[in-house]
Amino acid sequence: MEKGNGCCFSSVSSSAILSSVAFVVILIFVRVLYVIYCSGRPLNKRSSKPVSTLIILGSGGHTAEMLNLLAMLQKDRFYPRFYIAAATDNMSLQKALLLENSLASETGTVVAETAQFMKVYRSREVGQSYITSVWTTLIATVHALWLMIKIRPEVILCNGPGTCIPLCVIAFIFKVLGIRWSSIFYVESIARVRRLSLSGLLLYKLWMADQLFVQWPQLKQQYPRATYVGRLM
Amino acid sequence: MGGEKTKRVIFVTVGTTCFDALVKAVDSETLQKELLAKGYTHLLIQMGRGSYLPTKSEGDCNLVVDYFTFSSSIADHIKSASLIISHAGSGSIFETLKLGKPLIVVVNEDLMDNHQSELGEKLANRKHLYCASPQTLHQTIVDMDLNALVPYSPGDATPVAKHINRFLGFPDD
Repeated sequence: MEKGNGCCFSSVSSSAILSSVAFVVILIFVRVLYVIYCSGRPLNKRSSKPVSTLIILGSGGHTAEMLNLLAMLQKDRFYPRFYIAAATDNMSLQKALLLENSLASETGTVVAETAQFMKVYRSREVGQSYITSVWTTLIATVHALWLMIKIRPEVILCNGPGTCIPLCVIAFIFKVLGIRWSSIFYVESIARVRRLSLSGLLLYKLWMADQLFVQWPQLKQQYPRATYVGRLM
Repeated sequence: MGGEKTKRVIFVTVGTTCFDALVKAVDSETLQKELLAKGYTHLLIQMGRGSYLPTKSEGDCNLVVDYFTFSSSIADHIKSASLIISHAGSGSIFETLKLGKPLIVVVNEDLMDNHQSELGEKLANRKHLYCASPQTLHQTIVDMDLNALVPYSPGDATPVAKHINRFLGFPDD
């Protein structure tokens, strides 16, 4: 008889555990759908309070395009600015620093108050096989998590380098968990005429970018949820 | 007695990449003879992270050839050149087009998924530059007519800035 009672008890507790797990999973699923739904819609804010901004830089043309975009944004709205570049990218942060220095001397402010510069481990080097990239992406993700916990930006600007994926995924998770609501703006590189980059494709398919901008009309036809903005360069 | 030849520089750039195939292609005697015949006097190669070292050369009868790895700003080299031969990276392409210089873009076929050819081909279709591979570079130089190139009108980041501002609820400027 005791054996019978024991069996009853364990089956009750295991079904309770199963129901709890199912409940939590459904809750997370609903929350994710809600986050995706809200992400696509413009923010409700009316104020002109500045928003902390994370700017993700990538080698070569990526940084050139990003700085070109930044030139058009009012700096007193997007502030403080956090620049992140890949650990092996030596030139991008220098270029960003040049921009911030000239800005600081124009406005009479100190760069350290308005901008910070950081490096993050790279998910994938150019030419690296996709298989080893899985492991390096995991390491990069942990490092990115550390940085994102410190920064928790309200706005993220990125335009394609692989470095942006771990950061954007973490930002999305922060949204789901209610840690920080980041508006993610992805501008696909002007070099992408017929197809989206891997980063762009991931953010598009997973509905993770609040707004995904493309510079050539062909891409708008292929990816209807994207916003066509013409050439930036 | 013969006046001095005007200095006409061809600037070759691979940006921040490694593109040995391009450096090798311009290191060829036949290609350099062709450039000399077209009136160029100097060949300056920015070889980036490549490992192939081209041969330097001097003298009145040859193309004067020199190379370096990186420069903090290649804009000055572009400005003083008469023709640019560049890898297909968008940074180099638009920097050159903005400065109004004739450009031959060479696509690196060793890159994974080779997306760079899309931009080079698109701009070549619109006659803003010539597009080639390391193998077809010589023929492209033989056939090129730089006067047929159409000037590139720069794009504008204002639309995307407007979208971002509106999305965030900032008032229009």
